[in-house]
Amino acid sequence: MNTTKFEIQKLNLFYGDMHALKDVNMTIKDKSITALIGPSGCGKSTFIRTLNRMNDLIENVKITGSVHLDEQDIYKDYDVIHLRKKVGMVFQKPNPFPMSIYDNVAYGPRAHGIKQRTQLDEIVEHSLKQAAIWDEVKDRLKANAFGLSGGQQQRLCIARALAISPEVVLMDEPTSALDPISTAKIEELAGELKKEYTIVIVTHNMQQAGRISDQTAFFLNGEVVEFDNTVQLFNTPRDSRTENYITGRFG
Amino acid sequence: MNSYIQKKKRVDALFKYIVMFCVAFGILMLVLLLLQIFSQGLQKLNWSFLTSFPSRMASKAGIKSALVGSVWLISTTIIIALPIGVGTAIYLEEFGGKGKMAHWIQVNISNLAGVPSIVYGMLGLAVFVRGAGFGRSVLAGGFTLALLILPVIVVTSQEALKSVPKSLYQGSLALGLTRLQTLKGVVIPYAMPSILTGSILAISRALGEAAPLIMVGAVGYVAFTPESIMDQYTALPIQIFNWTSRPQKEFQEVAAAGIIVLMTLLLSFNGLAIFLRNKFQQRAE
Repeated sequence: MNTTKFEIQKLNLFYGDMHALKDVNMTIKDKSITALIGPSGCGKSTFIRTLNRMNDLIENVKITGSVHLDEQDIYKDYDVIHLRKKVGMVFQKPNPFPMSIYDNVAYGPRAHGIKQRTQLDEIVEHSLKQAAIWDEVKDRLKANAFGLSGGQQQRLCIARALAISPEVVLMDEPTSALDPISTAKIEELAGELKKEYTIVIVTHNMQQAGRISDQTAFFLNGEVVEFDNTVQLFNTPRDSRTENYITGRFG
Repeated sequence: MNSYIQKKKRVDALFKYIVMFCVAFGILMLVLLLLQIFSQGLQKLNWSFLTSFPSRMASKAGIKSALVGSVWLISTTIIIALPIGVGTAIYLEEFGGKGKMAHWIQVNISNLAGVPSIVYGMLGLAVFVRGAGFGRSVLAGGFTLALLILPVIVVTSQEALKSVPKSLYQGSLALGLTRLQTLKGVVIPYAMPSILTGSILAISRALGEAAPLIMVGAVGYVAFTPESIMDQYTALPIQIFNWTSRPQKEFQEVAAAGIIVLMTLLLSFNGLAIFLRNKFQQRAE
């Protein structure tokens, strides 16, 4: 059995007066894929952003409860820079930086003090290989990242996240802007990555959650209605709302 | 019904001619102006005009002190205005928040952009020439012009920073970078072309200003070039103004030649702005 990576207890989040997350409890296991599903506006993206404290950027956000990463509360005496080095993130839309493919991947390591060329070369190659894009870009590392296709850009963003050797990778609907072939590649990649990383993925696509995840949480109106093993949740949902959602009766 | 459509089409055509006339008006005036200036000034424009000091005799009058003075002045202005303007924009965009205070500052910066330049001249006279004791120096002139163009630099830099996609900003922070690292790493490089374009256009405006410089003591007749920022100086618009106010016809021609020099300098500044923008944009795309 995998050990616990994230332990979330009684997490509440408010945007001003809006109660966006209600008493969320969740245990995210190390080296596994946890999928977050639910209709738009149900709080899954908000939730995933509490795990690397990206919500800190928004004004008027209030958070109560606790989020423990490796048994340390990330909202108490925890350096946010340190947190984000451990918990990487891939966004909904590919967001490569306006620079070369190489520099995109080397951006994080450089900022964290790695200056040696040979070491950077190694990190870039390793990360691009892990993100399954090395073969497609190895001959044009100096080319601008905007010249890549959407699917390639997204895998480049994954490589960029991996380059700072995180322990957790958060993916916020990473395939919603991609075509089916690119989506399949990213899904396959996620399956590979869970050998080394803990992955939390937000998805609108229930088939995707079913295909790749070990555990699934169903969010509705800021609450976690059901959180269970993926097979369990999809085959024998305990809550009728979950059943209605996964059978496509709403959402 | 058909006649209705016909009528609409006629109005459409008429509208096209009206806006065409608007364009033609501007171009015509520019061409007239250029013709007038070039026909008057071109014969005076030669190497000795550029390398001689002004003189009481029109045939000997040159523009050296004004040209060199303008270069001194504008360099001083750039060194003062660019860092302060871009710094202000960064603060307002990235750290200023959205409170009442920030809003108040914002509105006033926009207002300052519309204040007549002569008012900045008076401010410069009181604060820099007398208050700070800079005297009638390049430094006092540079500070005054810097104040004049600061609002424009701030506003254009803010617009440039606003246009940076939030996704880049978040992508960088998510990698565990600090705000300063993120600004240096992705935000400012992305915004740079627009910051430079706006700033250089503001700087060309400063280059063409005469009114505030008269207030802070740029002198009409200077037979030397500044050796330091504490020296007295004259500038191209001042020199041109000085020449045009003389009765002799020959001095009008000298003034026209001076205008050609000033316009060439302005055009090269604008050219530089376009060059820099393209260069940075290529890097960004």
